[in-house]
Amino acid sequence: MSDKYLDLVSAGPLKRVAGTLGLPRPVRLKRYSQGHDLPASPVLVLGESAVADGTAETLLDWGLEVRRHAVPGERLGGIVAVFDQVEKPADLGDVMLAVGGALRALEPSGRVITVFRDADASASPAQAAARRGVDGATRSLAHEMRAGATANGIVLAEGVAPVAPSVLGALRFLLSGRSAYVSGQFLHIGSEAGGLPADPSRPLEGRTAVVTGAARGIGAEIARVLHRDGARIIGVDVVPASESLAAVMNEVQGTAVQLDITAEDAAAKIAKAARGPVDILVNNAGITRDKLLANMKPEQWHQVLDVNVQAQLQLNAGLLEAGAFGPEPRIIGLASTSGIAGNRGQTNYAASKAGVIGLTRASAPELAGAGGTINAVAPGFIETEMTAKMPPVTREVARRLSSLQQGGLPVDVAEAIAFLAAPQAGGINGTVLRVCGQNMVGA
Amino acid sequence: MASQSTDTQGKVRPAAILGGNRIPFAKANGKYAEVSNKDMLTSALDGLIARFGLQGVRLGEVAGGAVLKHSKDFNLTRESVLGSALDPATPAFDVGQACATGLETVASIAQKIRLGQIDSGVAAGVDSASDAPIVVTEGLRRALLAASRAKKPADRVRALARIRPADLVPQAPGTAEPRTGLSMGEHQALTTAQWGISREAQDELAARSHRNLAAAWDRGFFDDLVTSYRGVYRDTTLRPDTSVDKLAKLSPVFGKSLSTPATMTAGNSTPLTDGAATVLLGSREWAAEQGIEVLAHLVDVEAAAVDFVSGRDGLLMAPAYAVPRLLERNGLSLQDFDFYEIHEAFAATVLCHLAAWEDESFCRERLGLDAPLGSIDPGKLNVTGSSLAAGHPFAATGGRIVAQTAKHLKETGAKRALISICAAGGQGLAAIVEAA
Repeated sequence: MSDKYLDLVSAGPLKRVAGTLGLPRPVRLKRYSQGHDLPASPVLVLGESAVADGTAETLLDWGLEVRRHAVPGERLGGIVAVFDQVEKPADLGDVMLAVGGALRALEPSGRVITVFRDADASASPAQAAARRGVDGATRSLAHEMRAGATANGIVLAEGVAPVAPSVLGALRFLLSGRSAYVSGQFLHIGSEAGGLPADPSRPLEGRTAVVTGAARGIGAEIARVLHRDGARIIGVDVVPASESLAAVMNEVQGTAVQLDITAEDAAAKIAKAARGPVDILVNNAGITRDKLLANMKPEQWHQVLDVNVQAQLQLNAGLLEAGAFGPEPRIIGLASTSGIAGNRGQTNYAASKAGVIGLTRASAPELAGAGGTINAVAPGFIETEMTAKMPPVTREVARRLSSLQQGGLPVDVAEAIAFLAAPQAGGINGTVLRVCGQNMVGA
Repeated sequence: MASQSTDTQGKVRPAAILGGNRIPFAKANGKYAEVSNKDMLTSALDGLIARFGLQGVRLGEVAGGAVLKHSKDFNLTRESVLGSALDPATPAFDVGQACATGLETVASIAQKIRLGQIDSGVAAGVDSASDAPIVVTEGLRRALLAASRAKKPADRVRALARIRPADLVPQAPGTAEPRTGLSMGEHQALTTAQWGISREAQDELAARSHRNLAAAWDRGFFDDLVTSYRGVYRDTTLRPDTSVDKLAKLSPVFGKSLSTPATMTAGNSTPLTDGAATVLLGSREWAAEQGIEVLAHLVDVEAAAVDFVSGRDGLLMAPAYAVPRLLERNGLSLQDFDFYEIHEAFAATVLCHLAAWEDESFCRERLGLDAPLGSIDPGKLNVTGSSLAAGHPFAATGGRIVAQTAKHLKETGAKRALISICAAGGQGLAAIVEAA
């Protein structure tokens, strides 16, 4: 589904008209293409701490141009603001105002990334106030960003070194075009687990990934992106979708498995079809049966919960019990912003998607015990066959209701999943990452 | 090479059946009315490739065929391979043996594997009764050829002037036997009457075929045997709710001019169908390298033909001869099988074969046996449904049956199955499939 409004205001005379009238002015987001994941323009690293110095070193190692102070007139690809040593709210001002001073130099699709410690139980009230303050400022800044630029945060748990694999992984993901539709979000790094890939352009080399609902839309794109990143794909979908599943699997040199994921033996069949350990399980398959609760038929309720959440529970447990996972399992479940904020006509869908968030958090200790992680990705408005069927006015409003003023693409969801599936995300566990362009709903 | 040929001389290795893929079969002039054999076969191949992760793999050979084939499709199977996700360096050849084409492709690939000539291969078949070739009359064809040979314009005009209005009527293919002018149904009606097969027995067999196929679909048996095509994800001729009572209401369509009551209806005869089927075969070693589980082995195949032109035997009775010869060569009796897959061209065809094997004088006089082959347990016959329910896209039926049989053997842990398929021209093919 093409976004005609975006096409119109991106170029030509209507660009100025939209500006004059104060209408939304979405821009085409800069997305990842292989070999070009980091900004070409300099990145400004703000903050006086050793962590800030280390971050600057890391970026230099990645081949980026780095500035520690803004150079007047120079365009910036990104700003990394390090707040790891804030002790009290008054400590925020210097760095945050320096970010503000540099914002006008930020390129379209530029990045602001704040780095700070978690305001957990170990923090003093003043520390917690300061840390929580970075969170609030980052979210607000994300609302203020223009021209496809985003603002996100990396939150380090107590004791996690700033050079831990997941901190570096998160930094690279948020700086790159892989996170084009992620804004106003925080990546919580809970541990130093994980490792850096030998080849950053193929972080999933040698891994086997199972993707449910892989025949179409977001699932097909997940298969493509995981394959691009080096994974061997086992695509799962139901028999009626098998022609397109076969086409997608032939495109990504994968294996097609046709089955109903709600069936009792689904996990066993998937484990067998994988012909070896499963490293990554992406629980993507999902359905909608929208109805106001007053009009909901029992089968509409049950089908949605069975496919969207019960099947995830069964597959996770089934593969874990069968010992089908490799040494560093990664499970990623598809949640939804509807599961966070709720949505009229979607009591069943929201129940299932909120359920995914619940199971993700509750399963994290078990996965950590198995050397792995489980996380959820919550897409907002994504341009798919499903959203193309929405009434035009509702669809248009939904698109503009995010800070990026446009819908996301399936590839944006897939990039977030590929990041969480990669070795360097080993320190991120039990979290929910929204890919919603900072949708106003459920913020 | 020399040492290798010495090693394999005189020895054969098992040909393993590894799996299959077909598109759902659709009633002729229905969902696939507008698609070509090549498109259906390519899609069936692509589904197989996706199921087993064979993208870009060079297979030993692909054998395929179609009974109703356009002259432009002289290289049908090779063209389909080129259109698929296989390595374009995979060779292919076309086979034709009427309705036995599909089983003959399995036999050809299996023999090459057994002999060590190839390690892997696909056997395939496809047919469209909808997109059938329509040809010009002999008169028009001869006139056009003469005109193209003419050197002078006057000769050309003279050649074309020979065309008569009747020559312009297009010729569609029929199922009539060239040597008798009788359709297959009318031929079977003669045999049905000869063996005294009742209407009730035929309707019962047809109802069971639908019941068995529907049950197999419902329990997900076809999940890894079929890939959807053009929005169709179940065989469209399948009627899960049919019954002997409903079938009994249909009027006979064949054998109406015979002195005996006509018993063959549209319900107990196979409908014209479009579809394609493939079977993956390989050596055990190749399967292990690929990490693919072996379902069963194709042990042996026997072809037979009968003199139906003189009326000595029924047109579709050749399997009645192929099976006993196959049994004898393998030292088996008819009862040594856990399952029987006898292609249901018509319900009566199957019943005639069974009757012949139970008949003392047929077995003694025609088959040259001391005693009848005997009867089989009807509960072991076509247990996952056959052509009356699934339909019969001629060349695709063999692949459907072989893949279905191999999977069923694996699933049940049973030991041995017998397959037989009758074909136009008085031919028939039988095969033994055994657990790996």
